[in-house]
Amino acid sequence: MFDGYTSSELMSIFAMQGFAGLSLFSVFVLMAMGLAIIFGQMGVINMAHGEFMILGAYTTYLTSGFFQSYLPSLFGGYFFVAMILAFLICAALGALVEWLMIRRLYHRPLDTLLATWGLSLIMQQAYRSIFGAREVGVELPEWMMGAFQVTDLVELPINGLFVMIIALSIAVGVYLLMYRSGYGKKVRAVVQNRPMAEAVGINSAGIDRATFALGCGIAGIAGAAFTMIGSTGPSSGQAYIVDTFLVVVFGGAQSLIGTIVSAFGISQAQSTMEFFLSGSMAKVLTLLVVVGILMLRPEGLMALKVRR
Amino acid sequence: MKTPSKTPSIVNWFTSREGLYYLALAALLVVILPLALDPFRLNMVGKYLTYAFVAIGLVMCWGKAGILSLGQGVFFGLGGYCMAMFLKLEASTPEATAIQSTPGIPDFMDWNQLTELPWFWEPFHSFSFTLLAVIGVPMLLAFVIGFAMFTRRVGGVYFAIITQAIAAILTILIIGQQGYTGGVNGITDLQTLMGWDIRTDAARTTLYFVCVAMLFLCLFVARFVQNRKLGRILVAMNAQENRVRFSGYDVAAFKIFVFCLAAAFAGIGGALFTLIVGFMSPSFIGIVASIEMVIFCALGGRLSILGAVYGALLVNAAKSGFSESFPELWPFAMGALFIGVVLAFPNGLAGLYQSYVMPLEERLFKRKPKAEAQPVSEPEPTPEARKPAVEAKEAREYDPMIEHYSPEKS
Repeated sequence: MFDGYTSSELMSIFAMQGFAGLSLFSVFVLMAMGLAIIFGQMGVINMAHGEFMILGAYTTYLTSGFFQSYLPSLFGGYFFVAMILAFLICAALGALVEWLMIRRLYHRPLDTLLATWGLSLIMQQAYRSIFGAREVGVELPEWMMGAFQVTDLVELPINGLFVMIIALSIAVGVYLLMYRSGYGKKVRAVVQNRPMAEAVGINSAGIDRATFALGCGIAGIAGAAFTMIGSTGPSSGQAYIVDTFLVVVFGGAQSLIGTIVSAFGISQAQSTMEFFLSGSMAKVLTLLVVVGILMLRPEGLMALKVRR
Repeated sequence: MKTPSKTPSIVNWFTSREGLYYLALAALLVVILPLALDPFRLNMVGKYLTYAFVAIGLVMCWGKAGILSLGQGVFFGLGGYCMAMFLKLEASTPEATAIQSTPGIPDFMDWNQLTELPWFWEPFHSFSFTLLAVIGVPMLLAFVIGFAMFTRRVGGVYFAIITQAIAAILTILIIGQQGYTGGVNGITDLQTLMGWDIRTDAARTTLYFVCVAMLFLCLFVARFVQNRKLGRILVAMNAQENRVRFSGYDVAAFKIFVFCLAAAFAGIGGALFTLIVGFMSPSFIGIVASIEMVIFCALGGRLSILGAVYGALLVNAAKSGFSESFPELWPFAMGALFIGVVLAFPNGLAGLYQSYVMPLEERLFKRKPKAEAQPVSEPEPTPEARKPAVEAKEAREYDPMIEHYSPEKS
């Protein structure tokens, strides 16, 4: 499969595809991060996660429209406002969903899966009714357009870099929150032993709600970032959901590092193979390898050591 | 197939309460619907019924044993594709495909510049092999997946996610390999089965009755399994897996068995689907289709095999009804159905029937025993009547993941 390429061409191909893979990686990290903290904390799979992401994306779309019409002078900075708004809106909706639905279903994770799938259908159709079935895109501020020319063959688009920076800073932020804050300590206590955590006075229901809201909020930021590199349609979220689940499960639930490593591995494998094989075969191979590894090592790459 | 257990004769069983429920379903499917509907609508009911096979499998697999598979569409599709490959080969005789650059191979292969039949298509010239493959291929895949997962004690959400990923993989693969599989259009233009035209109204009506007969066969197999010790173990496994394991049962083997059984049912359903609808495409396999199959089972009642049939019929009828008049409302209804079934009535229509209609029935039953034959025309599902006390109790306090959050109970 490498026939006909010189070694320097191969290097550039790998660099370019590697970078293309990095923007996929950023989307994976952003989506998987929210999913992973919800799954790790509560054992709940949120099938509507992709739709929360799209909610963030539509929020960004509306914000950019607002800035364009009313505050054109500040247009360069609209993205940051949009990001905060996306986080707040998604987190608020997440908290509401948790309160209405999820908290009644903690003992039945499989049912949560179905209920959140129902939610995702409703949200998708709502987007379709409100924003139309066509994909929408935002206008990038000027400073985000263009690309760095690294060598003759390799160039890196700025918006991709920017999204990657967001992904990494969110990852660092989540790490700090989970391992360096009082809230994180409580979350980890609940994860490790719920009855004991309750016994020492941790409000586990409150922690659950906050975590679910946080996860959804991060999905919102993911959606805001997503608009920078692609257009948004009502069902864009669903396109990523299976990959994201696999990222989370493959990385090992409850392990943030594992999530990042597996997001990196899956996105790189997929985008590198895409150059040499057809896109669909690259995806099939990647998913097959991941599923195969999961069958051999069901706890994922980096799992908490628990006795079973 | 064996006749129902522990009854002195079949006749006695048919006058028992459970027998009457089965008779009611039979009357609905064999007498009422064929009389009330024109051949086109009847064909659609036949299509819905093919989904009931999947739903029965899911009742056994998810409702009883607690294994949620979000990839039942895979098995449905495999069964369907096996049948479609046979029919397609029959339709692409060298005479019928004389205008192609390579006569004798299916048209989509010719469009994709294939010059000979791929090796895995060869055996599908034989009808007996096809019948075997319809059940065998899904079961084989289910066995491989089940063996890999269950012996490593993977279950619950992980299993659901991985089966979903497999559905995604198979869909992408089929769409990507257009030359071998027909791609996104699927395998279309199927005409005859062993020389018998399947597109006429008469043939479609016949196929409908074949489908009903197969459905009852599957119902009795499922009923046989659930009423035996095997079924008890499955239910017990769902509630307290470790206790069953410590009692000396090989939990993984039982799980593999029930998963394979569900796959076989789905495969049969898929094959009948191909026959009744006349084509097969990847859209019946994918993630969305697979998860919709779960709602058929959930709406009917995840513990009731008869409920599953009604669930599949109702959801699909509602789906075509909505899609004809208010296409934009259907996803809302479907979403609400998912949430409602899970939150408000986890035991589905069968559960509702059990708690609301059955007491009524009981009163009628006492006054005049013949009133039982009434539910024939009722749209509500009829769960198996003589549910043993264990199961009735379980239905009341249904809590499949009890072991996760109640350490004091284990």
